[in-house]
Amino acid sequence: MKIHMELPITAEKADRVHAGDFVYLSGQMYVARDAAHKRLMELIEKKEQLPIDIKDCTIYYMGPSPAREGRPIGSAGPTTASRMDKYAPTLLDLGEKAMVGKGKRTKEVLDAVVRNHAVYFAAIGGAGALLSQCIRKSEIIAYEDLGAEAIRLITVEDFPVIVVADDHGNNLYATAQQEYQIS
Amino acid sequence: MIFRLSVYDYMIREIDTSLITKNIREMCISVNYELSDDMKKVLSDAHEKEESPLGKQILGELQRNLDIAKIDQIPICQDTGMAVVFLEIGQDVHFTGGSLEDAINEGVRQGYTDGYLRKSVVGDPIERVNTGDNTPAIIHEKIVPGDKVKIKVAPKGFGSENMSKVYMLKPAQGIEGVKDAILQTVNDAGPNACPPMVIGVGIGGDFEKSAEMAKEALTREVGVHSDKKWVADLESEMLEKINNLGIGPAGLGGRITALAVNVNTYPTHIAGLPVAVNICCHVNRHIIREI
Repeated sequence: MKIHMELPITAEKADRVHAGDFVYLSGQMYVARDAAHKRLMELIEKKEQLPIDIKDCTIYYMGPSPAREGRPIGSAGPTTASRMDKYAPTLLDLGEKAMVGKGKRTKEVLDAVVRNHAVYFAAIGGAGALLSQCIRKSEIIAYEDLGAEAIRLITVEDFPVIVVADDHGNNLYATAQQEYQIS
Repeated sequence: MIFRLSVYDYMIREIDTSLITKNIREMCISVNYELSDDMKKVLSDAHEKEESPLGKQILGELQRNLDIAKIDQIPICQDTGMAVVFLEIGQDVHFTGGSLEDAINEGVRQGYTDGYLRKSVVGDPIERVNTGDNTPAIIHEKIVPGDKVKIKVAPKGFGSENMSKVYMLKPAQGIEGVKDAILQTVNDAGPNACPPMVIGVGIGGDFEKSAEMAKEALTREVGVHSDKKWVADLESEMLEKINNLGIGPAGLGGRITALAVNVNTYPTHIAGLPVAVNICCHVNRHIIREI
C-alpha cells in the first residue's frame, strides 16, 4: 500500500502503517548516526537537556556527503541501523516515534517499537543520489565538530521509505526472505 | 673514480610522484559518481530478471540513482568509502619527487575534498577523531616485471565491509566447508550489506593473504570467471545458491541477492584452509589506470 504521511509521526499515525507499506514522508526529521547517538546517551545518563525535541520525533540514520554550492545536501542514503541498536530502546522510551535506516534490528529494538507504538522504516540503501532529491532543506543543529556525523534537521518532501517493523510486531525482513527462499 | 652504467640503468623509467597524485585524485572522484560498465550492465540485467515486484521496483530506483549521480555529479552513495588503492609497480620504475605513500594520500585528500566526497576516516579506532580529508588510504603494493604502474582505486563502504569475515577452516572441511562459509556469511549479512551484493572470496594463503585476495576479487570485472575450472564452477554454483536464499534487493525478498561471486586462490600451508569473504554492496566501485 502507498501512503503519504506528514511528519511528525505520532502513535496514532504509527498504528496505521504495516510492514510492507510504502510510505512517502513529508516534513521535518532529525539526522543522527553513531557518534551523535553516543553523545545523546551521555546527556541522558547525566539527565541533561538534549539538543533535539525527542517527543514524536523521527530520526534518520544518515551521514551525508558534502553539498555542492546551491544545494541543500549531498548524497544522503541510510546507514546500517544495527549500530544504533544499543541506543534506540532508550530513545524510543523517551518519545522517539520513528527510525529510518536499513538492515536488521535486535529484539530489544523491535520490542521497544511495539511498546511505544513506534515504527522502523527502511530507506533504499545505496540510493543516496536519488534520496537527496527529496531533501529540500538541511541545517546542522548540534555537534558540528562531528562533520558528517553532526545532528541535522532536514525538511523532506515525499521521501520514500518502506515499513520494516510495525507496532503490531511484524518484521518484513523475516517474512520477505522466506517467500523467495528456495531450499 | 669511474662509474660504469650498466644496460639496466638505461631501462629505468622515472615517474614523478605528482603524476600518481593527479591520477588518484581523478580516479577517486569519477569512481564515486559513475560505476564501471560491467557493474552498470549487471544491475540493468538484474532489473530485467527480478521476479519480486518490490525487488524490481527497488532495482529500478537504483538505476535512476545511477543516472542522477552521473548527471548531477553527486556520489552514488553517501558512503564514499575508505580509499583502497592497489598498485602494481613495474620493477624498472624509479619514483622521483618524494614519498609514494604521501603522493597517494595527497591524491585521496584532493579527490575527496574537490569532489564533494564524504570524509569517513577516523585517525584512531578508539579515540575516533575524523581526519577531515579521508586519509590515510589502504594501500596494497605489488612489484611486477616491466616499467609501468597499474593503479586500481576501489573505495569501500563499511555497511558491507562490516558483514565480511575470515574463516580459518581445517583442510578436512574441504570445498564443502568453503561453500558453507560463503553462504553463511551472505545470509548473516542479509539486508545490512545493501543487496544485491558482489561477493569477493579469497581461498588459501594465510590469514591476511586470504583477506587481501577477497578484497582484490571485488575489483575483477563482473561476469569474468577464474581461469581455474574448479574455481569458475564454484563461482557459478555459489551465485545460484546465494540467489536461492531469497534475501533479494534491499533485503526485502527476491531472486537477486548477489550479482557476482569472484574467487581468488593461492597456495597455502599443509595445516590450513583460510577462507575470506569480503562483501560489497551494489555500489561496487573500481577503476583501473595504467601509466
